[in-house]
Formats: sequence, C-alpha cells, structure tokens
Amino acid sequence: MKAGRLKQILLLTDGCSNHGEDPIAVAALARNQGVTVNVIGVLDDRQKEKPQGLEEVESIAEAGGGVSQIVYQKSLSQTVQMVTRQAMTQTIQGVVNKELQEILGEGQSIEELPPATRSEVVEVVEDLGEACELEVLVLVDTSASMQHKLPTVKEALYDLSLSLNARTGSNQFSIYTFPDVKHTIRRVIKWTPELGEINGVFSKLSSGGYTPTGPALKEALYAFTEKPIFRSIQDGEDPYEETGF
Amino acid sequence: MKKQDFKLFPGTYLQGKWNGHQYKVIRKLGAGACGAVYLCHNLQGEKVALKVGKDSSRMMLEVNMLKKFSKVQGVKLGPAFIDVDDWKAPSLQVFPFYVMEYVEGVPLSDFLRGKSKEWIGICTIQLLTDLEHLHKAGFVFGDLKTDNLLMSNSKVRWIDVGGVTAIGRAIKEYTEFYDRGYWGFGSRKAEPSYDLFAVTMIMLEMVQPNKFEKGAHPRRTLAAKLASSNDLKPYHSLIAGVWKGKFQSASEMKQALSYIVMKRAKGTPVSRKQIKAQKHSSDWGELLALSAVAGVFCGFSIFSFWI
Ligand SMILES: Nc1ncnc2c1ncn2[C@@H]1O[C@H](COP(=O)(O)OP(=O)(O)OP(=O)(O)O)[C@@H](O)[C@H]1O
Ligand SMILES: [Mg+2]
Repeated sequence: MKAGRLKQILLLTDGCSNHGEDPIAVAALARNQGVTVNVIGVLDDRQKEKPQGLEEVESIAEAGGGVSQIVYQKSLSQTVQMVTRQAMTQTIQGVVNKELQEILGEGQSIEELPPATRSEVVEVVEDLGEACELEVLVLVDTSASMQHKLPTVKEALYDLSLSLNARTGSNQFSIYTFPDVKHTIRRVIKWTPELGEINGVFSKLSSGGYTPTGPALKEALYAFTEKPIFRSIQDGEDPYEETGF
Repeated sequence: MKKQDFKLFPGTYLQGKWNGHQYKVIRKLGAGACGAVYLCHNLQGEKVALKVGKDSSRMMLEVNMLKKFSKVQGVKLGPAFIDVDDWKAPSLQVFPFYVMEYVEGVPLSDFLRGKSKEWIGICTIQLLTDLEHLHKAGFVFGDLKTDNLLMSNSKVRWIDVGGVTAIGRAIKEYTEFYDRGYWGFGSRKAEPSYDLFAVTMIMLEMVQPNKFEKGAHPRRTLAAKLASSNDLKPYHSLIAGVWKGKFQSASEMKQALSYIVMKRAKGTPVSRKQIKAQKHSSDWGELLALSAVAGVFCGFSIFSFWI
C-alpha cells in the first residue's frame, strides 16, 4: 500500500452556528467528498463551565468523520496538532479496515485481529501517516467573541505547521475566516507548505453577531474541491482517492 | 461506538482472550491519556505492570516499541515486554492490554530530595548513557520527561516508550515543557538533539520543580530561568550549548558533562602544578567510583535475576 493524500478541514470556533444551513449536514457532505472535518471549540481561559451550544462541535466532527475537542486557549497548540494527527490516523485506519474486510470478510477490523497480525498492521498505518500528503484548510471563526483568542489561534497554527512539517510527507495549508459579509468566508492565506509568517492575518475582523458555520463549511468545501493542489497521481492506486468516503 | 470507561479493582482477575494468561490486579499505578497501568501478579505470583486502554492501535505500537527496546545490544532500555492480549470485560466489551516488567522505583524528584547536588550530574549521565544506546539503534525517545522516568536501585529507568520515534520521522508525542519546538529551539523532527533538549529541561526541573510557561519571549524566559538557578551553575554553559545546537549526539553531551562532573569533584584551589598532577588522579578516582557504582547496579540486576 502506498501513501496517499488526505484532505481535512479544521474548524476553530467558540460558539454555535445561528445562521444558514445545518453545519452537521454540510460536514456529512464533506466526508462524502473525501474531506474530513475536525472541530475545535476554543474556551476562554477564564471560562468556568462549558458554554451552551458547544455540543455542536462534537456532532459536526462526527458527521465529518473527524475528531473534535473542546479546549482552553492555553492548550490550543497541543490540541490542534493532536486532533489533526488523530484524524489522519483515523482516516487511514478506516481505509485499512475497509481493505481488511475485502480480504477477510465483513466485521473484520484492526482491533479484532490477533495480536501478531495487528502488530504488523499498525506499523503499516503508522508508516502511511508519516508519508502521506496532507492538505489542511483551516477555517477560523472570527466573530466578536473570538477576537481576543486570535493571537493564540495564530500561534497554534504556526505550531501545527511545525509538527506536520517534521513528517516525511508534504503538507499544504490554507486559512479562511468567517463570517465575511460578501462571500461568507474569506481567504487570508492561500495554499502554502508552511505557516511561518502569518502576521496580520486576522487583522480585519468580522463584525456582527451571526455565525454562519454551515454556509462557511460549505464554502470551504468548494474551495477544496475547486483547486487541485497536488498534481493528481497518475496510476489509480491511491487508496484515499479511490475509497471516496 | 464509544467504549465505556472501566475500572479494575484490586483482586480482579483478568484473562487474555488470545494467549489465555491470567493476571490478578493488586493496585493502580497510574493513568494517562491512553489508559491505566496496574500492578498485577501473574500466575506465579510475580509482580508485573499491566497497561489496559481503549485505543488498541496505539497500545500495539507501544508494544512494538517495548519489544524492540526491552533489550538493545544487550542493554535494557525500558521495561521488559511480557505479554499482549485482549480482555473481555464483564460488560462484554473488549479492551486491549499488555504486560511488562514492573519497575520498582521512585520518581526522580523524590529520589533527589535531600541528596547532594552531584546527583544531578550523575542522573543526567545515566540518562544520556541510555539515550546513547537508543540513538545508536536509530531511534529517539521523543516524549522524554520526568513523569516517564523512575529511579530504581539508584539507576534512572524510563517507563513509557509510547513516544519513541525512528530517527528522521516526525516526533510522535511530546509534552510542551520539554519540547524544543515549543521554546523556539528547533523542529519536531526526530533527531538525537531533540532528546538532548528535553534532557536539559529535566535538569532544570531537578533543581526547580515548578514548571513555567514560555511567555512572550520563550528563549529569553529560558535563559533567565537558567541564569537564576544556582544549583545548575556548573552546567550553565553546557545547557546553553545544547540549546544552541552544539551537540549532535548523546555521546558528545555526555562527554562534556562527565568532564564537568569530574572537575567539580576537586577540592579547594591549589597551585597549578598540583592541579596538573591531581587532575588525572582525581579523574581516575571518580572513574573508579563511578564504575564501582556501575558494578553495584550490575550486581543488583544479576541479583534480582537470580531471585
Ligand atoms: N513498567 C512499569 N513499572 C512501574 N510503574 C509503571 C510502569 N509503567 C507505568 N508505570 C506507572 O504508571 C504510570 C502511567 O504509565 P504510562 O505513562 O505508561 O501510561 P500513561 O501515562 O497512561 O500513558 P500516556 O503517557 O501515553 O498517556 C506511570 O507514571 C508510572 O507511575
Ligand atoms: Mg505517561
């Protein structure tokens, strides 16, 4: 099996959507298009309890085949890279499980294999995670309540690029913010292999009390599918492209 | 489908579904992100450490590492591997577990309490010796931190090999305080120097157990911490050197450190001639002392092997 290409949307938000279509439905659609949706709910360091509406965070990620986490600002960096990597592993495991079922029959999965076989399979998954190409579209909620969290977000994204770029496989990142009055989302960083200098990225803030998470996700999905970033792989062997979940 | 949390009470018997070996839970040793570790007895009544978790892939990767590093070139790095299996809980859910050598020891901080300052150097040399072997085998430890170390028979042992990564790959697991990337001192590529940075943070922690955050100027924060720690004075330039990337291997750092440890053993200032004459003899004295200590460790392990 050879390393393929993984596509992820990473949504950073701190509240529930209140405008437009259902983000859970859009996430399910994304998953169907082969794009995984991860969601991180960012809490204020001073915030004591979980605010209402953050259950959505988990539901969106679940529908999007991704990973979710609700965290305080101070653990944002470590969480962002962990969630991204977990989702990568999860996706690869999904592909491997599917192949296992083709070979061994229904109901077979990595965790049901006898230890000796499992031991080998997890190494394969690990190797694929190290070598695969990864495209991450970061979608940042820049509504008013997120404003003072944006410096932390910026730091976490730089940190994400540090973690992922230590891999053998190549990466592409892009950053979008929402809401944007005209186009729902706004591209602030176009596809780039490194998120080094992202100063001033969030300088232009969106105002207004509306959070169109669903429409924003959908635009992000379009942004993904419209632009092929890596030249498509010639032979049709690429497992992630093929399986199309 | 999400797995329920589980609790294992002392006295519970746990049997593997594949290999059939049985273990009796004595008490919980600790818990982390990936599962919990219990002290258990095997059928022969010997103490073993048993880790049970939910993420079977992650557990299996740890097992693979344990197997690889129970012994590298005849040197024991990490706990010896004993068994790996799945356990069907009374709830009928299946949990993966593995069994390893129980490392009887105390946390580094407890061990150092009340000990003379020489031990900082000695423990670090021990750590670097193990890293030397690991690096030679083509791996870095990755998540090197005080929590993952135990002092057992006056020898530092590492217990959690979950972060061990092949050189050249991306560090799998890290803890910010010990991570050079967090402090702006380099990448998260698995290189020997990645571990060396973590070693310096462990040294800092040995003299001042309170962790601190990086602040607006991470490098400056670190430099200030170092400058203010008197107990690390002999090692200041060594540590700063590691941060600057002066050392590419555990051997180099160990050599530099050994030199400092030996030098420090010298007494009150004496004339130059005497220093020259003494230098070798005192070095030899230290070396002899160290090898005597090492001999004692070997004795211990041979002894424990026999019983
Ligand atoms: N082989 C061992 N012998 C003695 N004690 C052990 C052993 N392995 C683990 N422990 C104890 O159990 C605690 C938790 O172990 P470990 O760090 O391996 O698991 P974890 O913290 O659950 O995993 P992770 O760090 O991946 O989240 C350790 O801090 C240590 O006190
Ligand atoms: Mg641990």
